[in-house]
Amino acid sequence: MKISYRWLKGWVATDLDAEQIAEKFTLAGLEVDAVEPVAPPLDGVVVGEILSAEPHPDADRLRVCRVRGDSEERTIVCGAPNARVGLKAPLATLGTVLPGGLKIKPAKLRGVRSEGMLCSEPELGLGEDSAGLMELPDSVRPGEALDKALGLDDKVLEIDLTPNRADCLSARGLARELAALIDAEVIGPEIEPVPAVHSDTLPIELLDPADCPCYIGRIIRGVDVSAATPLWMVERLRRSGIRSLGPIVDVTNYVLLELGQPMHAFDLARIQGGIRVRKASRGERMCLLDGREIDLDPDMLLIADHHRALALGGIMGGEDSGVTDSTSDILLESAWFNPGTIIGRGRRLGLATESAHRFERGVDPALQRRAAERATQLILEIAGGQPGPIIEALDAAHLPVNRPVKLRLARLNRVLGSRLSGEEVAEILHRLDMAVESSDEGWRVTAPSARRDIEIEEDLIEEVARVYGYDRLPARSPGGRLSIRLPGEGELPEQRLRRQLAARGFQEIMTWSFVGEDELARLELLDGAQPLANPLSRDMAVLRTSLLPGLLNTAGGNLRRQHHDFRLFELGTCFFSTGQGFSESRRVGLLMTGHARAEHFSGKPRALDFFDLKGELEHLLAFNRVQGKVSFRPINRTWLHPGQAAEVALDGEAVGWLGQLHPSLVSQLDWPQSAFVGEFDAERLAIRQVPEFTELSRFPAVRRDLSLVVAEDVAVADVIEEMELRGGELVRRVIVFDLYRGTGVENNYKSLSIGLIIREVSRTLKDADVEAVIERVIAGLQSRFDAKLRG
Amino acid sequence: MSIADAEGLLAEAMGLVSDAADDRTLDQVRVRFLGKKGELTGLLKQLGALPPDQRREAGQAVNRCKQALEQAIAEREQALTRIALERRLKAEQIDVTLPGRGHEPGGPHPVNRALDRILDIFNQLGFAVATGPEVEDDYYNFEALNFPEHHPARAMHDTFYLPDGRLLRTHTSPVQIRVMKNQQPPVRIVAPGRVFRSDSDQTHTPQFHQVEGLLVDRDVTFADLKGLLADFVNAFFEDELEVRLRPSYFPFTEPSAEVDVRWRNADGTPGRWLEVLGCGMVHPNVLKNCDIDPETYTGYAFGLGVERFAMLRYRVNDLRLFFENDLNFLRQFR
Repeated sequence: MKISYRWLKGWVATDLDAEQIAEKFTLAGLEVDAVEPVAPPLDGVVVGEILSAEPHPDADRLRVCRVRGDSEERTIVCGAPNARVGLKAPLATLGTVLPGGLKIKPAKLRGVRSEGMLCSEPELGLGEDSAGLMELPDSVRPGEALDKALGLDDKVLEIDLTPNRADCLSARGLARELAALIDAEVIGPEIEPVPAVHSDTLPIELLDPADCPCYIGRIIRGVDVSAATPLWMVERLRRSGIRSLGPIVDVTNYVLLELGQPMHAFDLARIQGGIRVRKASRGERMCLLDGREIDLDPDMLLIADHHRALALGGIMGGEDSGVTDSTSDILLESAWFNPGTIIGRGRRLGLATESAHRFERGVDPALQRRAAERATQLILEIAGGQPGPIIEALDAAHLPVNRPVKLRLARLNRVLGSRLSGEEVAEILHRLDMAVESSDEGWRVTAPSARRDIEIEEDLIEEVARVYGYDRLPARSPGGRLSIRLPGEGELPEQRLRRQLAARGFQEIMTWSFVGEDELARLELLDGAQPLANPLSRDMAVLRTSLLPGLLNTAGGNLRRQHHDFRLFELGTCFFSTGQGFSESRRVGLLMTGHARAEHFSGKPRALDFFDLKGELEHLLAFNRVQGKVSFRPINRTWLHPGQAAEVALDGEAVGWLGQLHPSLVSQLDWPQSAFVGEFDAERLAIRQVPEFTELSRFPAVRRDLSLVVAEDVAVADVIEEMELRGGELVRRVIVFDLYRGTGVENNYKSLSIGLIIREVSRTLKDADVEAVIERVIAGLQSRFDAKLRG
Repeated sequence: MSIADAEGLLAEAMGLVSDAADDRTLDQVRVRFLGKKGELTGLLKQLGALPPDQRREAGQAVNRCKQALEQAIAEREQALTRIALERRLKAEQIDVTLPGRGHEPGGPHPVNRALDRILDIFNQLGFAVATGPEVEDDYYNFEALNFPEHHPARAMHDTFYLPDGRLLRTHTSPVQIRVMKNQQPPVRIVAPGRVFRSDSDQTHTPQFHQVEGLLVDRDVTFADLKGLLADFVNAFFEDELEVRLRPSYFPFTEPSAEVDVRWRNADGTPGRWLEVLGCGMVHPNVLKNCDIDPETYTGYAFGLGVERFAMLRYRVNDLRLFFENDLNFLRQFR
């Protein structure tokens, strides 16, 4: 809502300047976004009157004008097509600097001396119309400073109203608010009933009284639609962001801004029979003022005559029922529409009108008749005409009425933590125009009809707090009843997991939760992806099913930025839609690329490999004592190298995957290097084992190393498992310390060197004990894998 | 033999000891003079050939020589160890100004860096962390939070919908409802998480992060809310900033307020007021929707944008940088 400071001051007697009023409003919950001057400084620009305008002797398009300005007459050469005798236009006198920076100096134009400049709107920063000189109304006096003549020493307050304060969408509403805040009187214009001079009416039928319980009409005959709207009205409209469109529309817009009542004017000649307020029929169409033909939905309310739709009620008029240049008789409309019948309809049609904006937030239901009288009065003043009687169609049962709301002083102070007295509270309520009636514990309070937002006690508490001033209410530092709420030791909070990964050299990233379908399809991750009904763009159309696309995008971007050694992680939600339903899962994704170490003088760093990533995961699992026995098995994933891809499981249940990116994907991405990626179930990784003490052994451990040859396809994990199984409790650790292929080992075989750490808790091991363990282990390996010992 | 013999041997041996350049040579000296068949040891065996009155004196002299030699060898041994150590230390000397070995450090995302700090502060004040799903339904995101159907406040939220009518949560406030439906007061939680609005321009991203706070108990007042938020803001920014509450409107709080912080200019003087938080007293309808009696209990709630706090704290000037994930940007915050 934009409003002129001077207009507001016309309603409330105050010495506060625009900035001070803005501060009052802002601190009372009416946030003022900006206070702007209505015009740039225009020192030296005065009202000029053209006394004569002769063609320039040497230029067809120029005219030589005699202009009366401040004290003297002067000659001004002007090229505007509307420079004519009698016109009053802004005159920039010598020495003036225009808002655009142009300094006015005496000049010779094709041999004729010009002493000043007549100006258009854009030259003064006052508007967009550059067709000719700005035409000033006859009422202004030549020589008067332009800013004085037009009242340009004014400011516009731009107020960002919250949806509950529909009552402030007008000069009247803002004035009431200001008056309450500074404890002043509201002045406002006199609105008297305008007596009818004829008795013409037409029938108005409310066919849907719940949605439109009140419709005031009035016929005004013989209006002069060519009359000029007075400057003060044009300027007030302009300052509120509304263009002047002719006297009748200007008046309806003006009343909307002044009182908050949206109005409409029909060309009476276009109405057949009478007005029917009804819902649209299925399949009905109409043409709107903006020229669009629209399909109407059955939940849209229409203003119709006996044959067709005339207007979309409360939202926009129709194309061929409005006021035109040839209109002489009009029907004024001032109605109350139920917000529920307006909300969403405009949005559906892509329409955001001043009218719909007010009706969907709630217009004062007691305002319609006053607004009709006010509009009549203004139309008569400006465009003449003969008013008929007010035609009122009313179904009072459906009009909302503010009911008294209970307010208890004790409750108020309990909610606010304050010690306000009864007198203070009552005084604030009076200032807000509330009807107050004392009761046992406080008051019964009825809000004025314009306030549609006072329904419960808390609403009143807020009103009191607001007007009293939030800044004056007490503050109390945190206290209260504390209880210990700590995550269990068996849980790993995400914050800790993130810090650990960062400490291991992974940089955290945050990518979009939405991805493109194509992107998921390329990775074969589209299965179960949930599309959005209203995505922002094609590449943000579905919810991610994996963190992989985000990791790849981020890695790709950074490779292009010439980073070649980095580790990334993201901890975020993935979304899956399955036959059974919908689920969300917190996942942690890792990506490593480049070298195991930064470049160093001591030698060429080693390229990263699968075991670097696997090692990071193992470290994470071990460091946090994540519950469950870890196992890895080879898998196939579209995006992973088929020979370097593993699934990781905890107690046999899959919790993620890791591996090298598939070389074809790397070349498809056009990356200079490969990367190792993994994704894991973060919720499962957060389940930890709380440590429990086991007895220490005071006896020395023994290490035995074995070298054995097994077939290439034997998984080392299986070998270790067998050794642990056969060796039993005495085998404390198994260490694979060498893997060899080549001379001395047959093709398709590999040699493993494995150390066993053997220890007994209660006694020193004898050689025989150790030998027995080794023999069992070897026997097991021989029978399960056909393993052979190497010499 | 004579005492002079012993002293002669000692002198010779001493010369060899002081010439010995390594342990091996020194050992050879020890064996030659002090071994079982050593030359000094040999003199002791000849004592029997001396007249008895000279034996005692000669014996003492030989032993004295032996001891002197033993001591000299031990000293020489120590000296050699010291020299060897010195040589080794010298050989092992490095240029400690050369760079260490390692890899590029990791770090938190700046938004989470700010979030961690926010959560640390509220954890200290006894607020537990609660979370909820990112896909919500209309009931939790709007209805239970007292957004009337078709209310303009809903339109302000620019909601992303799924085809079946569910939606991406537009705030973390639904967590309030989920917690209060499961727990009677006292409730004291913060709910961090990702939220979504279908809006994308220079100052809006379609996803961002919020922390919602909720405290419901007996005798919770607006004064407590004011005090808490002022303390929080000053703890977060490590400064004594002016904080003001301004009336506002949220369907789920009444009274409602927006919190402004008076920012400091670079020269330390008070600057602009910046809006940093929304808050208010929990609306009685919200409490009723969770079967909590608003006559017995009152509460406050607040919500803040983590990106906003991160931008202010670390002086980031473009919101969109947070989701571009340029390492040159991210590494500034580790």
